[in-house]
Amino acid sequence: MSAVGIAELAAMVPDGAKLVIAKDESGVAMAAALALIRRGVKNLHLVTVPVSGLETDMLIGAGCVATLETSAITLGEFGLGPCFSRAVKNGSIKLKDSTCPAIYAGLQAAQKGLPFMPLRGILETDVLAHRPDWKVIDNPFAAGDRIVVLPAIVPDAALFHVPLADRHGNVFIGRQRELMLLAHAARTTIVTAERISEENLLEDEARSGSVIPALYVNAVAHAPRGAWPLGFGDAYPADAAWMNRYITEARTQAGFERMLEAALRGPGARLAA
Amino acid sequence: MSAVAEAVTRAASPTEVLIHSIAGLLAGSRHVAVGAASPIPGAAALYTRAVSAGATRVSVLGSRRHNAFTNGGVELFDLAAQGRIDAFFLGGGQIDGAANINLVGVGSYPQMEVRWPGSFGSAYLYYLVPRVILFREEHSRRVFVPKVDFISAPGPRDDGIYRPGGPHAMITSLCLFGFDRARKRFVLRSVHPGHTVEEVRDHTGFDFDAPAQVPATPVPEAAALALIRGQVRDEIGETYPKFAAELAAG
Repeated sequence: MSAVGIAELAAMVPDGAKLVIAKDESGVAMAAALALIRRGVKNLHLVTVPVSGLETDMLIGAGCVATLETSAITLGEFGLGPCFSRAVKNGSIKLKDSTCPAIYAGLQAAQKGLPFMPLRGILETDVLAHRPDWKVIDNPFAAGDRIVVLPAIVPDAALFHVPLADRHGNVFIGRQRELMLLAHAARTTIVTAERISEENLLEDEARSGSVIPALYVNAVAHAPRGAWPLGFGDAYPADAAWMNRYITEARTQAGFERMLEAALRGPGARLAA
Repeated sequence: MSAVAEAVTRAASPTEVLIHSIAGLLAGSRHVAVGAASPIPGAAALYTRAVSAGATRVSVLGSRRHNAFTNGGVELFDLAAQGRIDAFFLGGGQIDGAANINLVGVGSYPQMEVRWPGSFGSAYLYYLVPRVILFREEHSRRVFVPKVDFISAPGPRDDGIYRPGGPHAMITSLCLFGFDRARKRFVLRSVHPGHTVEEVRDHTGFDFDAPAQVPATPVPEAAALALIRGQVRDEIGETYPKFAAELAAG
């Protein structure tokens, strides 16, 4: 494993890949997502863990997504996802509406190398009614107890942003432990990091429990402000002015494309070039 | 005049009545969890914790200080399935008289006329958390419909499904409902000050039960107001600074 540029990172996600991405609070690799758009990735099967916002909205707006598997798409306090709403109305993406714990459970099945995972609830919902890939079985240990089983979600790639990585490919995730699940489930894990440490992160015992070891990490790119226009933990808040403009402008495809152009010239641009 | 005395000279605002009412519904909970974008439920949960003498634990998603989860988003769902979350809040773009909730959109799926974010964890948590409090400030016929267009999470049914959870109450800007599990209908419990039963009926698209005399929702008294305007406001302000500022302005 060695540190790569963001464009090289983007080249590691082939067209048609099943790509899992993190929710805003966990760490969104926006600079890398913009690099994916720049390279023109197509037909992604995007899986959000378990929800997503701007990253998914922009990938949809740029025509990169064929299938979307999600529990919710929202830009939080800024509003609903304009490109997501448009794509739903046009029927231009295949929707696999899910529920948060079902996405975790599918990834946990993949992590364990299991074909499926049972999960409580979900029965009698229209979520289940529109998921022919989900099944209902009788609990084999208690007759009459119906339970939903979900197929493993085996991602071709996982992509997220972290505060710190080292030269060995170990990445520090703090308390954002679900990133561990993404890395364990995916065949390829690619990461952007705010900072690169010259130390080996696994050597600090106080911190090593919050480190995804290089064993699971295929590539790391150094990306200061790599979550922009989104915020990143305590490091920086979301770019509220940009987000507010996006919510208004991206109501039309032409307006979205203007915002995309602006984003491609943003802080990530020099990294992706 | 002391800060506390000054703080309670102002009458309770509608938001403070909601916080106080929801806190009443949470009393006795061991663990209350609060989802994203939920400042009023969050304030109510923190109020409940403040008066519980350490008996109530609160996990506010999105908070650093008031959320001790260290295993990612999955931890809430694992706790819920074990029966270790007593109360949670769900909303709904549409809610019908059988307590079905819709967080997905209006029209026929998938190409809906209006699309909302999605079902989040509702399809699961509604089954598993004993006191789910439905909270929707907008009380209108476009929200409270005869039948939801999409069932994100179903109200209780006699279907033999493992269901320790379900609706405990529903609170809106107009009133507080209970839910009768045997009859599978909402029951009007109280109407907030300044509103009437007729107004509730006019703005609700489904039938519900009501006693002959519907009481007024209690208004928080001086000590409760002081707590809301002091400690609770400070604590919720960490996650929802804008909301805390509005609470201070009254």
